[in-house]
Amino acid sequence: MATDPLQKPDTEHRAQDTVAAGHLIEFDQVVKRYGDHVVLDHLDFTVERGRHVTLIGPSGSGKTTILRLLMTLERISEGLILVGGRPLSHMAGPNGSLKPADEKYQREVRKKIGMVFQQFNLFPNMNVLQNITEAPVSVLGLDRAEAEERAGELLDMVGLREKITAHPTQLSGGQQQRVAIARALAMRPEILLLDEVTSALDPELVAGVLDLLREIAHTTDITMLCVTHEMGFARDISDQVLMFDGGRVIESGPPERIFGDPEQERTREFLSAVL
Amino acid sequence: MNYTWDWGAMRQALPLLLTGFETTLLATVLGILVAAVLGLVVAMLGRAPTRLVTIPVRAVTEFVRSTPLLVQLVGAYAVFNTVRPLTIGIAVLGIHYASYLSEVYRAGIDAVPRGQWEACRALSLSPRRTWQAVILPQAVRNVLPALGNYGISMFKETPFLAVITVTEMVAQAREYGANHFVYAETFTLAGLIFLVASYPTSLLMRKLEKRLGH
Repeated sequence: MATDPLQKPDTEHRAQDTVAAGHLIEFDQVVKRYGDHVVLDHLDFTVERGRHVTLIGPSGSGKTTILRLLMTLERISEGLILVGGRPLSHMAGPNGSLKPADEKYQREVRKKIGMVFQQFNLFPNMNVLQNITEAPVSVLGLDRAEAEERAGELLDMVGLREKITAHPTQLSGGQQQRVAIARALAMRPEILLLDEVTSALDPELVAGVLDLLREIAHTTDITMLCVTHEMGFARDISDQVLMFDGGRVIESGPPERIFGDPEQERTREFLSAVL
Repeated sequence: MNYTWDWGAMRQALPLLLTGFETTLLATVLGILVAAVLGLVVAMLGRAPTRLVTIPVRAVTEFVRSTPLLVQLVGAYAVFNTVRPLTIGIAVLGIHYASYLSEVYRAGIDAVPRGQWEACRALSLSPRRTWQAVILPQAVRNVLPALGNYGISMFKETPFLAVITVTEMVAQAREYGANHFVYAETFTLAGLIFLVASYPTSLLMRKLEKRLGH
C-alpha cells in the first residue's frame, strides 16, 4: 500500500521515513521480565499499517506492557521491537551491529507513536489549548498560530472547542480523556496506543470517548493498538484481535472469529467471563 | 529593683533600627533568592544518572546541613577576608538554606505523578521542556508553602550576620542599647519590628497556599 486513500492531505509534518511496505510494528521474540517475573515470554506478533488491533486477555497478561514497551516507557529484557522497520530500542552500531539506542534516537522513533493513558495524564498546570500545542510547538517546531489552528480543529472534532481555555481540573473525566486524545493526535502520529482509555471513566462518560475513537478509526489511516475491556468496542473498531495469556499471544484473528468462534478453550473461558 | 521603661529611647532608636532593618531585609530577600535557585540546582543534580555527581552533591549538602549557620558564617568570613561582610552573609545564608530547600524541592519533584513524566515521553518532549514546562511548575507549586516558611525562618536568623560585622537591625539595637543603657527597650523594639514584618508575610503565604489549592 504505497498510497492510502484515507491518507489525510496534511501529512507533511509526519515522519516519512517509514518503509511503505511490510509490517509497521513487529515484535521479535520479545521478553520482558521484572526480576524473576516474566511478563512477556518470547512474544512474536506483527501489525500492518492502518490496522486497528485490539489486545484482549486477563489482567496481568502483559497487554499494557506491550503498549508501554512501544512507547519506550519500559525497556525490553530481550528481543527486538521494530517500528517501520527500525529497531525501537536499538540503533546501528559499528560494523552493522546493534547497540542500545540513545535518548535522541528514541525520541525520533517515538515521534511516530502517540499514546492515550488510562488516567489521561493531562498537564494540570496548562489549559486545554496549551496541553495540545505544547508538543507540536516544542517538538515538531510548528509556529504557535499553526499549532493553535490545528488544536482548534482537533477540539472541534472531540467536541470541546468551548473548553479551550479551561484547565484539566475543570473538566469531567470524559472531557479530559477527549482532550488527551486530541493532544495525542496533534502530533500526527502514525500509531496510536490506547491503554484502557475508558477504565477510569464513570459509566455514563464512556460512550462519548468510544464514539470519538470509533470516528478516528473510521476516518483516519492511523494504526491503532488498543488494550481494552470494552469487548463491544473491540468488536466494532478492530480488524484484528489478539488474545493474550501468560505473556504470549494464544490466538489472533478478525473480531468476528475471535468473538464468534474462538479456537482456544482459554479464549472461550475469558470471553464468557467478560461478556 | 525598679526598672523604668524608657519609651523615649524606643522612639529615638526607631530610625536607627529601621536603617538596620533595610540591611536585614536585603540579606533576607537576596538570601532567599540564592537559596531558591541553588536549592533547585542541587535537587536536580541529585537526580543525575551518575554517582560521580550525586555523591559529591550529597556530601556537600549533608555537611552544610549538619554544621551551625554561625560556624559557617565565621568560617567564611575568616577565609574570604577581602569580600564585603554583607556579601558573605548573603552567600552563606543562601547556601545554608539551599541545602534544606534542595530536600524540599526533591520531595516536590517526587510528588509529581509518574504519569506526567510518561505523558512527556509519549509526546517526545525534550528533557528541557519536560522540566521547564511540566515538572517544575508542578513541583514549585508543591513546595511553595515550605519555601515561604523557610524564608520567614531565614529572616529571623539574619541577626547572626552581626558576628561578621554586618550591622543589621539587631546589631543596631545592641549598639544603641549599650550606648544608652536601654537594652530592653531597643531589643523589644527589634522584636516588634520582626513580628510586624513576618506575621503579615506568613498570612500572605497562607493565602497563597489556599489560592494554589493546597
